[in-house]
Amino acid sequence: MTFLKGIAHWVNQTLRLIARNKAGFLGFIGLLFFIFLAFVMPLFVPLDKTSRVDKIYNPPSAEHILGTDFQGRDIFSLVVHGGRDVIVIAFLTGAISTLIAVVLGSTSALLGGAVDSAIMTATDFWLAIPTFPLLAVLATQIKLNDVWLLSLILALLSWATLTRAIRSQVLSLRQRDYVEAARSLGMSNRHIIFKEILPNMMSYIAISLVFAMTAAVYAQGGLVFLGLLSFSDNNSWAVTIQLAWTRGAIFFKDSFLNIMAPVIAIALFQLSLVLFTRSLEEIFNPRLRVGV
Amino acid sequence: MAVQTAPIPVSLPEEQARPNALQRVFRSYVFRRLVKALATIFAVVTATFFLIRLMPSNPVEIFIQEQIAMYGMSYQEARDQASALFAIDLDAPMSQQYLEYLGNLLRGDLGQSYRSKGTYVADIIRQFLPWTLFSVGTSLLISFVLGVVLGMLMAYRRETPIDYALSTFASLVSSVPNYLIAIILLVVLGPQLRIINIASMRGSISPGVQPGFTLHFFLDVLYHAALPIFVYVLTTIGGWMLAMKSSTIATLEEDYVTVARARGLKDGRIMTSYVGRNASLPLFTQLAISIGFVFGGSVLIEAIFVYQGIGQQLIKAINQRDYPVMQGIFLIITISVIMANLIADLLYSRLDPRIRLGQGETK
Repeated sequence: MTFLKGIAHWVNQTLRLIARNKAGFLGFIGLLFFIFLAFVMPLFVPLDKTSRVDKIYNPPSAEHILGTDFQGRDIFSLVVHGGRDVIVIAFLTGAISTLIAVVLGSTSALLGGAVDSAIMTATDFWLAIPTFPLLAVLATQIKLNDVWLLSLILALLSWATLTRAIRSQVLSLRQRDYVEAARSLGMSNRHIIFKEILPNMMSYIAISLVFAMTAAVYAQGGLVFLGLLSFSDNNSWAVTIQLAWTRGAIFFKDSFLNIMAPVIAIALFQLSLVLFTRSLEEIFNPRLRVGV
Repeated sequence: MAVQTAPIPVSLPEEQARPNALQRVFRSYVFRRLVKALATIFAVVTATFFLIRLMPSNPVEIFIQEQIAMYGMSYQEARDQASALFAIDLDAPMSQQYLEYLGNLLRGDLGQSYRSKGTYVADIIRQFLPWTLFSVGTSLLISFVLGVVLGMLMAYRRETPIDYALSTFASLVSSVPNYLIAIILLVVLGPQLRIINIASMRGSISPGVQPGFTLHFFLDVLYHAALPIFVYVLTTIGGWMLAMKSSTIATLEEDYVTVARARGLKDGRIMTSYVGRNASLPLFTQLAISIGFVFGGSVLIEAIFVYQGIGQQLIKAINQRDYPVMQGIFLIITISVIMANLIADLLYSRLDPRIRLGQGETK
């Protein structure tokens, strides 16, 4: 019972902190909405695969609330089923690249010397390479249709900026008084890293994770749009956009929703992620809370 | 991809009493930055060479097999043709192939396209790269300048309706992917509202317009580049605005600003030479990163607006699996980004006296 109460208290506190920042709260609601749309709604709305020649580009109606696409399929069902892969890939990529960045960035900052300059040289090298063209070229060599493989590759291409940021964050944190104090008390390196430095970087790490997620959504959407990601049976917002685009949906007045519904879904998802970082700052950074 | 970068001569000889002129050059920030840029280019070139030759689905081998299957060539014939197209002598040992490849690159020989026979990769690049440099360069300049001005405005009018409106605008445009903004513009302004005629804006110039220093040519170029430039500006300006706002707020609290005020200097003078200059300095490091992003993103924007730049050519080569062209364009895009980063950093070092003193990177 006390355990449950503890959880309830924690949830309550966290929600309160999230609600403190209006923009952040809006982002949080947006994220909840998209998670619900992508993971719960598909249980109730089946994916419409039947083409109906007599119902091409129908306007919204009671039967099809967002109208129908170029082959008469229900656009709403496409939007409902198109979110899962986007969200999963974004999260996996964000998590993997943040992990790489935290490990490399803190190692670099804490060990210094030759290790630091080796990691920083590699980071500068990666930073100088334009990621998207490289991804496009790589897509011709590697079949990127597996969720895990795609996430891994996206992560391997996007750790550099984060690593630099985390290194400078650790460099500044290790100069702080409380770290100096822990060191002079003879605390072990592990204690200093896990108990003194990492907890103070949580807000930074969480925000980095969210931004890595937005970058992943950008990259996977772009690859699909250019037709470089194969999509045999997976359906995602970007696939709907790409198909609408290649079928010339931009040229017809009636096809507006076919292309706009998934575009707006991705745009709102990205916006929710970015807005949510404002709340993350509130949750993890106690100094911001004072006198709000 | 664990790429071994070339050794960078950063470990300098021990401190001597009086550095002579040559030593001062070696120690200078400009020199070290230049060496770093060249080393990065060298590493990318090396990585591409080995990627092309040693990947499991090696494009050279694929090409040879294709030729055998399509034209019934003998293996040696197909191999000779591959050598010519990729500008690599396949019969030589790997180390010699590598050296020759480097030599060819230095002479500007990037091989030939193998989908359109007789077309040199270098010619494709010469024809299409200027359009991308023009559109991306112009938009970065516009968005940087506008972003700095608007960011300062936000900082000076903190917590007023102007600030809120601009902040909302900035987070909105900077979080939506640029290719989606491009699609929205295209669909809404084109077929839906019929404000612009999409079809006539495609390409980088209208057919029949002669390049030259004429007003007609200049206006036509602007007409075709307008939408891509607008999208690049729209999607990068938010970042500049927010960065400049927080930088300005931090600068306003500095002592020298207070002192300047106490000395009774005019507000305009303080705003430009004290606050503006110092607050915009940190943005230059971001400029370097953003150049890479905009240049990379140009692949998608050019595809959407059918703007004939280098990104569009890269996609064409990828779709046709035209490996020599792919490889050449990828190299050129990367080298352009590295050179642009170099220029951004050198510009920064001109503006920030701390770097000019030769203390290396301040961060």
